[in-house]
Amino acid sequence: MSARNVVAVIFFAIVAIFFIFAALMVHQFGNPDQYIEPEMDQYIIDNTRDETGADNGVTSVVFDYRGFDTLGEATVLFTAVAGVILIFRRLKK
Amino acid sequence: MIYNIPFIAVVALILVGLFAVIFKRNLIKIVIGITLIESGVNLFLITLAYRQDSIAPIYHGTGSRLMSLPVPHALTLTSIVIGVAVLALMLSLVVHIYRNYGTLDARKIGREEE
Amino acid sequence: MMGMSRIVKTITSIAFPFVMIYGLYIIAHGHLTPGGGFQGGAIVASACAMILVAYGSVWTIGKVKEKHLSALESLGAIGFIGLAFFGLIFGLKVFFYNFLVGQNKLPIFNEIGKGLSNINTAGVLPLMNFAVGLKVIAGLFVIVLVMAYATRIKEGK
Repeated sequence: MSARNVVAVIFFAIVAIFFIFAALMVHQFGNPDQYIEPEMDQYIIDNTRDETGADNGVTSVVFDYRGFDTLGEATVLFTAVAGVILIFRRLKK
Repeated sequence: MIYNIPFIAVVALILVGLFAVIFKRNLIKIVIGITLIESGVNLFLITLAYRQDSIAPIYHGTGSRLMSLPVPHALTLTSIVIGVAVLALMLSLVVHIYRNYGTLDARKIGREEE
Repeated sequence: MMGMSRIVKTITSIAFPFVMIYGLYIIAHGHLTPGGGFQGGAIVASACAMILVAYGSVWTIGKVKEKHLSALESLGAIGFIGLAFFGLIFGLKVFFYNFLVGQNKLPIFNEIGKGLSNINTAGVLPLMNFAVGLKVIAGLFVIVLVMAYATRIKEGK
């Protein structure tokens, strides 16, 4: 039982107790209106068909109401592809 | 307390992933642990968005029914794609480390005395 | 990696166009049914990975060069950002503006649907779906191809 193992077990126990307490204090499953009022989501559900003309609510959120997050995600995908090609290059001598 | 079971499942996934990251030595097992934490976080995001007796936020014809919240579904899409990108980079680095050191033990690499 | 036997190669060649058509259907109808650019792109990339497994990585790199796939991915990214910038240029003041809905000058994708699955709706969303779908197909296929080619086992080492 080295010092590293004891510290790791204590850290893991603290994180586990914290997570279990947090899981019992979130709102009841199936009732997101229990503590706060979701105004943004209710506005999106009511006005999607008139403002964007799409029938799919999730696509209108991903590309129209929150398009900037999709731009960031496209950048992350581009960076991952560039990194994988960079690691496996063979320079010809 | 019986009605919070999806949140207990999320906590179980995250704790198993954290156990694999802290207490295992093989590099591939650490990568699998990181992917388990990623799956737990995605499940948490879509569990937050459920209303009792609701349908998916897609319109058919006229009339309206109770719908789930659409914003956490969009955030989960982004999170899944970022998880794939991180997994690809991690596995490329593991292949590169194996070619250079010849071993996959996390306690025997990177300890050269110079 | 080496290819597989002749039966596997034949069945893969027969099944590949069906999976590709299914994935392109999910990309194209992203604004009406569940799906969209990312999901359909993952399906078509799975079909391309099936070809890679059946025929071997040496044969596949001989047919599909890596720099053409990188050019396709950059084309998808430029299309996505160009569509976002058009909202800024056409006299409107925000970055990601949906400028094709409810106007009569350009008759492309400008109606507003009433839940009856009309394709001609939803403005700039189907064009963005195509751009993101192209980017995801090229990106995931390049990742799998480069990792399979770089870790192959050489003959008689």
